[in-house]
Amino acid sequence: MTVSVPPPDLQDRRTWMGLLARARPERLAELVPDEPDPGPVILRQPEIGTVMVQGRIGAAGSPFNLGEMTVTRCSLRLESGAVGHAHVQGRSKDHARRAALVDALMQTGRAAQLRRDVLEPLLRDEAGRRLARAGKAAATKVEFFTLVRGEDR
Amino acid sequence: MYVAVKGGERAIENAHALLAEDRRGDTGVPELSVVQIREQLRLAVNRVMAEGSLFDPDLAALAIKQARGDLIEAVFLIRAYRTTLPRFGSSRPVDTGAMACSRRISATFKDAPGGQVLGPTFDYTHRLLDFRLAAEGQGLPKPATADPVAGPVPHITSFLNREGLIETDRPGDDLPPDLTREPMELPAARALRLQAITRGDEGFILSLAYSTQRGYGRTHAFVGELRIGTVAVEMDIPELGFAVEIGEVELTECETVNQFTGSKTEPPQFTRGYGLVFGQTERKAIAMSLVDRALRWKELGEDDTGAPAQDEEFVLMHADNVQATGFLEHIKLPHYVDFQAETELVRKLRAEGAARRQEAAE
Repeated sequence: MTVSVPPPDLQDRRTWMGLLARARPERLAELVPDEPDPGPVILRQPEIGTVMVQGRIGAAGSPFNLGEMTVTRCSLRLESGAVGHAHVQGRSKDHARRAALVDALMQTGRAAQLRRDVLEPLLRDEAGRRLARAGKAAATKVEFFTLVRGEDR
Repeated sequence: MYVAVKGGERAIENAHALLAEDRRGDTGVPELSVVQIREQLRLAVNRVMAEGSLFDPDLAALAIKQARGDLIEAVFLIRAYRTTLPRFGSSRPVDTGAMACSRRISATFKDAPGGQVLGPTFDYTHRLLDFRLAAEGQGLPKPATADPVAGPVPHITSFLNREGLIETDRPGDDLPPDLTREPMELPAARALRLQAITRGDEGFILSLAYSTQRGYGRTHAFVGELRIGTVAVEMDIPELGFAVEIGEVELTECETVNQFTGSKTEPPQFTRGYGLVFGQTERKAIAMSLVDRALRWKELGEDDTGAPAQDEEFVLMHADNVQATGFLEHIKLPHYVDFQAETELVRKLRAEGAARRQEAAE
């Protein structure tokens, strides 16, 4: 697979954009109150659409089309000129708008504050959810033990 | 003579109102919410997402409510809704090797690294009705927890790969064919077949897979690995020039290991069938991998035994339950003119026959 690895700052941006996309919309709304006046200029109104999800034949072969998922996208620009983009799973326009807003603000002087107040709580929520699920699955792992075999007697 | 008529508007309107009332059922019973369906009828939701070919649990739950639990009708609603949405693009192929697995089992390797993780399965339940579920407000058993396995869990068939005992898939990055954009053309590439099967009717795919086990296109399948869990979906964003994660989807993946005695060009080895389906949908994923393998007979130089599961046209043209139900159910709609013509024809044939008999008698 050819993955173009972006430079470090882009890698950082990729990480937060992914985190914002995977966030629960209600949780993001709690963490990111509605933007102050004057609000950002909306470059692309939140729009609901789909993305075709691809799989690979035999997990490692050529791609095939598995089916679509719903996605909402939004782009906006802050007064400072920073442009934020979002493509988030589902049909929540507020989710897409807030994700784009945080993406833009993360490119400004408020980055450190947002990292502390928004990204880190989201990361903790997600890590907690994943760990809980993985822990419950792990408890269903089969521990085999060998019975006394006939020839051992 | 047939005379064109109009009418039925009021009857249709009243029928819709009656449908809505029946959908609601006894108003003395609390109404079912979409969120309840999403959370508590999750396997029905998964089936509607898989066959509706749209991953969105809330929409699938709404469709199930609107369709009164008729899952094929719900799939139809999802397909119709999907056509109203613009498509932003295609994801990168998902990496199922990096799946966060809630279930992962192998019927071929007991001691597979990562272990046999049963997850939330009906297997090993006794299939006895549990009347405690009929009494509301019962406490839930608390699932145990254990230390999770760290890191991604490798695919089990990769262990056979090391010895060269199993065929390997050639990785590629060709743009796959898409049957939702281009009419299906036969013979179909494997990528197109997999798309048709993963959105095909579970009952149909199950029966075809079962037929291969009973000897109609036998492929001797073992479940090399079955895994269920979530994977990240990544997409290239043109405005940014790089790929970002846009969300995650739950998938069921099944890889079968099949006997293969070899051909002129290939040594005896194991071959593979592949199933990948939205949601926790393991019956469908296993069935998909069996049907995928049966359809590969030509590529592997096997005999065509005339089995239905080996017949690509038969499988692909009849797998879609929205197409099937549309054509099947349309025959109940008014065909007055067609039937009038048929009636005229039968009357004419009878009259001619009677005339002939009379001539012969004279």
